[in-house]
Amino acid sequence: MTARLTARDITLRYGDRVVSTRLGLDVPDRAFTAVVGPNACGKSTLLRAFVRLLRPAEGRVELDGREVAGYPHKALARELGFLPQDPLAPEDIRVRQLVGRGRFPHQSLVAAWSPRDEEAVTSAMASAGVADLADRLVHELSGGQRQRVWMAMVLAQQTPYLLLDEPTSFLDITHQYQLLALLTRLRDEGRTVIAVLHDINQACRFADHLVAMKDGRVVAEGVPADVVDAGLIKDVFDLPSVIVPDPVTGTPMVVPTLQGA
Amino acid sequence: MNVFGIRTERRTVWLTASLLALAAGLGLLGLCYGATWSGPGEVLAALTGTERSVVISEWRLPRVLAGVVFGAALGVAGAVFQNLTRNPMGSPDVIGLDAGAYTGALFAITVLSGTSGQLATGSVVGGLLVSAVIYLLSFDRGFSGLRLVVIGIAVNAMVTAINSWIVLRAELEVAIAAVGWSAGSLNGVGWADLRIPFSVIAVLLALMACRAHAVQQAALGDAIAVTTGVGLGRLRLLMVLVGVGCTATVTAVAGPIAFIALAAPQIGRRLAGAAGVPLLPAALTGAVLLQGADLLAQMLLAPAALPVGVVSTAIGGCYLIWLLTKEVGRA
Ligand SMILES: Nc1ncnc2c1ncn2[C@@H]1O[C@H](COP(=O)(O)OP(=O)(O)OP(=O)(O)O)[C@@H](O)[C@H]1O
Ligand SMILES: [Mg+2]
Repeated sequence: MTARLTARDITLRYGDRVVSTRLGLDVPDRAFTAVVGPNACGKSTLLRAFVRLLRPAEGRVELDGREVAGYPHKALARELGFLPQDPLAPEDIRVRQLVGRGRFPHQSLVAAWSPRDEEAVTSAMASAGVADLADRLVHELSGGQRQRVWMAMVLAQQTPYLLLDEPTSFLDITHQYQLLALLTRLRDEGRTVIAVLHDINQACRFADHLVAMKDGRVVAEGVPADVVDAGLIKDVFDLPSVIVPDPVTGTPMVVPTLQGA
Repeated sequence: MNVFGIRTERRTVWLTASLLALAAGLGLLGLCYGATWSGPGEVLAALTGTERSVVISEWRLPRVLAGVVFGAALGVAGAVFQNLTRNPMGSPDVIGLDAGAYTGALFAITVLSGTSGQLATGSVVGGLLVSAVIYLLSFDRGFSGLRLVVIGIAVNAMVTAINSWIVLRAELEVAIAAVGWSAGSLNGVGWADLRIPFSVIAVLLALMACRAHAVQQAALGDAIAVTTGVGLGRLRLLMVLVGVGCTATVTAVAGPIAFIALAAPQIGRRLAGAAGVPLLPAALTGAVLLQGADLLAQMLLAPAALPVGVVSTAIGGCYLIWLLTKEVGRA
């Protein structure tokens, strides 16, 4: 396993609230990594450190051995695409315009909007299933539609890395599976995907590499079938469960044993 | 159509052309209008130099150009700050930058000798000081546009009070000059007053035009802006400098002309039907508004000329009330 993108002993904090101390993580190349863990355990914070929205108080985040903070802004934006957990669109922007903003790192002061940009936007909208929304106002869309529009914007950026913070949180079940299938296709085309997911069964089914976090630490990582067992789920989520093989894929499936009264 | 890598929509092109035509029309009207009316033919002859007319080329032309250029500068300053604060009320005149620049200018006339260099420097320093104060007061573990606006309104009130106090303490003739100017006025503006301000504004607007694409991108929010390659720190610094620089330069010559910076960006945005607060429509709308307001100011009580700030305040005040009720309704 090789890893171009790595976090080396990073300490992450907001003011005096320390989220992670000396965390290390290698992101396997050309694989689909899923990050799971309870609310507030530091998943978003970790992703923000990878895309240099948060500067580690200690340690380094490196891409190809070079600290991400040292990259020119647009150069890094051509490598790492990021979907935040709750992006907010400006008023009065239309879907096609918003998706087009993903082309920013590929444009310069003199280089005009090119046919390549147009192509990237069109294909990103098709992949994210928002082609039919192209002329709608973003603030007049449903939550799930809007989330797919943002996804399309990140896809239009055409980066080798996709870091996605809960990309399925607003989607209905069909769109969830479609998006996850899209991510595995992108992985097959050679891209590296890191997604925070809350549905651990989906994570086990689609991800090549699972990272389980708790209290700002990585408590387990590896191929889902190797790392997921009832002990881990109890430890990370404080949830009693049994693990059965997924009837479709054979990957681990967590079935909580909690029942209604 | 492609301009600077931004897909320009047909509506924007149309709007730009219309606003340019409107500004040119109002400018021409400004050249014709005065104590005696000059026909457009006369004006054209004076402009092309076939016939000399001191009234047109030495008195009216600088005033008209000042109206258009200062209007554009104020429009851009407003758009820049509304972008920074993500709030339609976050414009330099509302948050006290005009008042601060005016304090600096007053200091230059009352304490120093009041040369145009001192006036300009005083205004810029005053504007920067006020923006630093607002920034420090409103920065509380993070940046909030609304908090900045509210604190700015308070700072504006305080600085305005200080300005009145300075004028009261000043010697009579200085005080009279300062008061006439305190409303914001283009009365008696001549070429000698304009050379340096025009050059400064040209440089600032050119700098901003080069970064217009990034300003637009920054409207997507800090996270997306950074991860799509905007250097936010440097961009913000440039925006503050351009916003304060434009405001202070105009104030040094014409006094604090309120409400152009507030209204122009929002009117331009609605006309363009654009997302965020785009700079070009703001500049053109500002030019039209200020030149139009200055014409009104000359016509309303003719032959006495009102300060243009009185007109822009009267119009803009109504707009601000409407905006406030809308914002409060939303909050
Ligand atoms: N901007 C911030 N300022 C201060 N503290 C923050 C900030 N953002 C997050 N935190 C804190 O950092 C901790 C980790 O937050 P983070 O957003 O990384 O959690 P998460 O694992 O993504 O949770 P969730 O599943 O709810 O999205 C939390 O305790 C949170 O309160
Ligand atoms: Mg999160």
